[in-house]
Amino acid sequence: MKPFDYVAPTTLDEAVHALAGNPAARVLAGGTDLLAQMKGGRREAPLVVDVKRIPDLLSIRMEEGGLRLGAAVPCIRIATNADVRAQYPALAEVASLIGGTAIQGRASIGGNLCNAAPSADAVPLLIVLSAVARVAGPGGIREIAVEDFCVAPGKNALGEGEFLVDLFLPKPAAGFKAHYLRFIPRNEMDIAVVGVGVSATVTDGQITTARLALASVAPTPLFVREVTEALVGKAPSAEAIAGAAALAEAAAKPISDMRAPAEYRRHLCGVLSRRALTAVLQ
Amino acid sequence: MKKTYVSMQLNGEPVEFLAEPSQTLLECLRDTLHLTGTKEGCGDGNCGSCCVMLDGTLVTSCLVLGVEAEGRTVTTIEGIAAGQKLHPLQKAFIDHAALQCGICTPGFIVAAKALLDQEPDPSEERIRLWLANNLCRCTGYDKIVRAVQAAAKEIREEKQA
Ligand SMILES: Cc1cc2nc3c(=O)[nH]c(=O)nc-3n(C[C@H](O)[C@H](O)[C@H](O)COP(=O)(O)OP(=O)(O)OC[C@H]3O[C@@H](n4cnc5c(N)ncnc54)[C@H](O)[C@@H]3O)c2cc1C
Ligand code: FES
Ligand code: FES
Repeated sequence: MKPFDYVAPTTLDEAVHALAGNPAARVLAGGTDLLAQMKGGRREAPLVVDVKRIPDLLSIRMEEGGLRLGAAVPCIRIATNADVRAQYPALAEVASLIGGTAIQGRASIGGNLCNAAPSADAVPLLIVLSAVARVAGPGGIREIAVEDFCVAPGKNALGEGEFLVDLFLPKPAAGFKAHYLRFIPRNEMDIAVVGVGVSATVTDGQITTARLALASVAPTPLFVREVTEALVGKAPSAEAIAGAAALAEAAAKPISDMRAPAEYRRHLCGVLSRRALTAVLQ
Repeated sequence: MKKTYVSMQLNGEPVEFLAEPSQTLLECLRDTLHLTGTKEGCGDGNCGSCCVMLDGTLVTSCLVLGVEAEGRTVTTIEGIAAGQKLHPLQKAFIDHAALQCGICTPGFIVAAKALLDQEPDPSEERIRLWLANNLCRCTGYDKIVRAVQAAAKEIREEKQA
């Protein structure tokens, strides 16, 4: 790796100061994207700001209205946290899907989001859980809806000097379920050919909320708003699910690469959407 | 670039060293502290041959900076045996011929120990999934899984005795 300076602030203010006036500085969480990129010469930074000594970024807290997940909490702690497993089981599952055990010891959900890869496994799920990102920077604290966070491959909505503090996940209502499904050619340790996150609430036999988001079929994780419109107000049924899956398939803008041709990805969008929706609606 | 002073607990002993921020923990262990049991395979998190425990959590040391270890506790393959007495996993790897060239072995043993420390009786599927972050070019994995199962059994029996 090219030489760089390293600081490990212990408070949000210190981190804001460290990043201020240094637009090329990079935040370090688990380093499973950043250090791999820097070692490979795909990224350079004169200054690396390690945020893992700031308590806010390392805490998992149940609050009144939901869960506050520190941006740098490693996946292994999320996957084994009793509150997360009980109330956000799909999040615990996605945390145990990223990489393998040793990667999960470092990789954070915040890093997965900030890295803004189209294939990031946690992002579709965060979108369907209606997560909100809390961001700190020179202008203070602000919030960004997760569906607006990734703006291009490897680019996020953070402004100069800003960093992600935590993610807030609203408390699931009664009858709420969420699920993430990905297709990879092996069982473990691979990049999603297609990923589908879905969530829905069914109250008295009627769908009251529904969200669907896709990975690896567009320049950013893709929130398919049409699915919400198509499902809310309907009764869960095979026809409703098929209709929503067709919308997901139509919304996908896949490319062909070494992992799969575009037509195959589009087909998978439909299949996985149908399966994931069936899992939460029936 | 200016070097940074780092102090950490390494295999139960305090150590101090100087590291450039861009040096990985793996480089610091091997090149500065001369503990060469931890191996470098891919250098990018895929093969697991550089696995160590950092504050009790299994990590790939090729994707950790040495300076991040300040104040932390690190356990490497050199810290697994009790003096001259091999850990049951080390013995089982030998008895079950779970290695050929051996470059993956330190990583597998550190990773398997992390599993057995928290789950004394994992299923075969659990062992295989847990070790999916470790690659072996030689053994075909089966003997490794058998060795881990045998070591788990021995550790359980030792505990009961
Ligand atoms: C072997 C291997 C397997 C993998 N498997 C998967 C997989 O199955 N699925 C998957 O989705 N990904 C996978 N990844 C990619 C990676 O592990 C994940 O994206 C991970 O969640 C990144 O988190 P991190 O904490 O390591 O981020 P880092 O590498 O620390 O950071 C990633 C990026 O986000 C920025 N960043 C991090 N935290 C913040 C913050 N708080 N504020 C602002 N910017 C920040 C960094 O500057 C950097 O640009 C894999 C990686 C490896 C090496
Ligand atoms: S050398 Fe670290 S995972 Fe391969
Ligand atoms: S024994 Fe040679 S790579 Fe595993």
